[in-house]
Amino acid sequence: MEITGANAMGTNPSTNINKSLYEIRWHGRGGQGAITAAKIVAQAAFLEGYRGVTAAPSFGAERRGAPVSASTRISQEPVMVMSQVENPDVVVVLDQTLLKRDGVTSGLSTGGWLIVNSGVDPKELGVEGRFNIATADATRVCQELGLIVSGLIVVNTAILGAFIRATKAVSMPSVEKAIKGRFPKEAVEINLAAIARTYEMTKLEELRK
Amino acid sequence: MQTRGCGHICGESSPGIGEAGKTGEWRDSYPLIDLRKCTPAKQNKPACFQCWLYCPDAVISKTIPVQVNLEYCKGCGICAEVCPVHAITMVAEETSCSS
Amino acid sequence: MIDKKSGSNSDIQILDGNRAAAIGAKLSRVQVIAAYPITPQTPVTEALSEFVERGELDAQYIAVESEHSALAVCTSASIAGARAFTATSSHGLAYMHEMLHWAAGTRLPLVLACVNRAIGAPWNVLNDQQDSISQRDTGWIQIYARNNQEILDSVIQAYKIAETVYVPVMICYDGYILSHTEMPVAIPLQQDVDRFLPQYRPHTILDSSNPKNYNLVTLANPRINAEGVLCHGYMELRYLLQEALQNSRETIRKVGQEFGELFGRSYTDLLWKEKMEDADIVIVAMGSLAMEAIVASKMLREEGYKTGVLGLRLFRPFPKADVLKALSKSRLVVIFDKNISYGSEGAVCSEIKAALYGSQVNAAIRNFIVGLGGRDVTAREMADAVKKSIASLTEGVPNKGYPEWICHI
Ligand code: SF4
Ligand code: SF4
Repeated sequence: MEITGANAMGTNPSTNINKSLYEIRWHGRGGQGAITAAKIVAQAAFLEGYRGVTAAPSFGAERRGAPVSASTRISQEPVMVMSQVENPDVVVVLDQTLLKRDGVTSGLSTGGWLIVNSGVDPKELGVEGRFNIATADATRVCQELGLIVSGLIVVNTAILGAFIRATKAVSMPSVEKAIKGRFPKEAVEINLAAIARTYEMTKLEELRK
Repeated sequence: MQTRGCGHICGESSPGIGEAGKTGEWRDSYPLIDLRKCTPAKQNKPACFQCWLYCPDAVISKTIPVQVNLEYCKGCGICAEVCPVHAITMVAEETSCSS
Repeated sequence: MIDKKSGSNSDIQILDGNRAAAIGAKLSRVQVIAAYPITPQTPVTEALSEFVERGELDAQYIAVESEHSALAVCTSASIAGARAFTATSSHGLAYMHEMLHWAAGTRLPLVLACVNRAIGAPWNVLNDQQDSISQRDTGWIQIYARNNQEILDSVIQAYKIAETVYVPVMICYDGYILSHTEMPVAIPLQQDVDRFLPQYRPHTILDSSNPKNYNLVTLANPRINAEGVLCHGYMELRYLLQEALQNSRETIRKVGQEFGELFGRSYTDLLWKEKMEDADIVIVAMGSLAMEAIVASKMLREEGYKTGVLGLRLFRPFPKADVLKALSKSRLVVIFDKNISYGSEGAVCSEIKAALYGSQVNAAIRNFIVGLGGRDVTAREMADAVKKSIASLTEGVPNKGYPEWICHI
């Protein structure tokens, strides 16, 4: 069975994805909202006209503070792949301390993007690989804006600013729309502000061709 | 990968610290015990040990002074909550998600 | 999505499988819900209780203390003439086992969403299909969804099927892989669902002005009742259940066709076929694995193999004739099962073998047990297993006695 009808907006996707299946893996800690970020990007991509999007958490129990991952898949066609992401085009790390763990950058495709919530320059991260790196201090942005929920700084939306800036996989207006659709009214403005600020401060280090 | 080497024919393990992996990694804050307030340390005799009793991960020792195994303490804060003399404070770890 | 008939836009939302199931039940205007939460089914119960609480769904949500009671409540509600719904997983379904028999034996048109999860021991909360396969002999129709759209559509169709043939329907979908994964789902308009699904006409009604006994002791032989009518014995009633399941295939097909006409997504075929026209090697899988199989088949086609995919949508009744027809050109059938009948083989494999027995189709059969307890199954692994099977054809063994396992032993 296929979902018929072109797409929600009736337009062709306008963004930067030139692959048949674009895969993003999110790494964070339970409570940081990595899964919500995965869902927002899936929704934004769908709004842009990608017919196939999926967003999945890492399966099993989720515990506050414990390392978790999530994935987003984006395609012009309905997504058929249901297994775990092995070779992501983008890895987003919501908590820099996770970088020292095995497996965070594993499988990241050559020329892909590693996006890290970090105050340091991409070059100073100490991560080596055939991929581009972007950093932004989403934590600081959230602290300044007061995006704190029960003691946890919730960086999941802010880091989307860096994601959009680096990958151009989805556009700012679609992310805005996705957030407006998902968040309660009072929360929309602060989250959008966090995204915009993080977008501005993102530092990019592109792989030399 | 070959797993026959474990020799088990049903799911089994021995109870022990670390069954869920290094849970210390989950922590966004750790318990700091003020030994000037802690009863067993202050009186130099086995007493109180409420934190030892209530720690859900059994990572506090029943010793004088009590000690926390930070490799596995996941920072839940229960010990700080139960300490009758408020000897335990939770201190934020340097992760990007703690405020 | 443009609804071809009415030209109206139906709403496309990004939903996980559990929400899709709950919305399917809501659109079907279920009147009684009784369910007990269990991972990974829990969000279904949460969503439905929310709908009832917010007044979006005019139903009784009955809190129970176990799955056995949940299905007992649904059974009673159905006997009393209400459209009832429940959902469960794994141990919950096992705990319902007795009531599954009662519901089917009473010919009650219940719908149950089974969020497929492994069963202990040892403890595991992740996906495989052992739970629903273990209930295959209880007399329920079993439909397996490949994605979240199919979950929603199947729940709605299930009521129409169940209320036509008076056999309960289990809609099975993979835990986490579908239950917790969001994807686009077109949500039909309520008015269209109302047009599709008529009001429930119960064959049993509890009414104090016209008292009845249901499920009285029914011994081996037919007997004359108090009104002097010669009534079925136990065995005749059981024969009728089998006959209803055997004949339900046509109803399932017809309901799927009507659904397609109204909503633009046709379910006329009881099987999902992908590149089967010229395939001599066929991959068979059930549930979300049938999607991954399409990716595996694509890989194999790129390497020059003529592969196709047969996805099973219906497991009970098993669509023997359809399967036989679909496999008529195959020379190798590779079946992936996320379940096993211990001491024998995967349940799908046994069914396929039985369907082919005595026919003109002389395909070799290979069976792989995969994905138990949530073990990831990649398209690459499936493609490799198919290639291994092709290589083994030189041994001249049409049918290995026991299945092969894709695991670390
Ligand atoms: S009670 Fe919680 S915070 Fe205290 S030592 Fe145990 S795990 Fe750590
Ligand atoms: S509960 Fe407080 S006083 Fe008692 S042993 Fe623990 S730290 Fe010391």
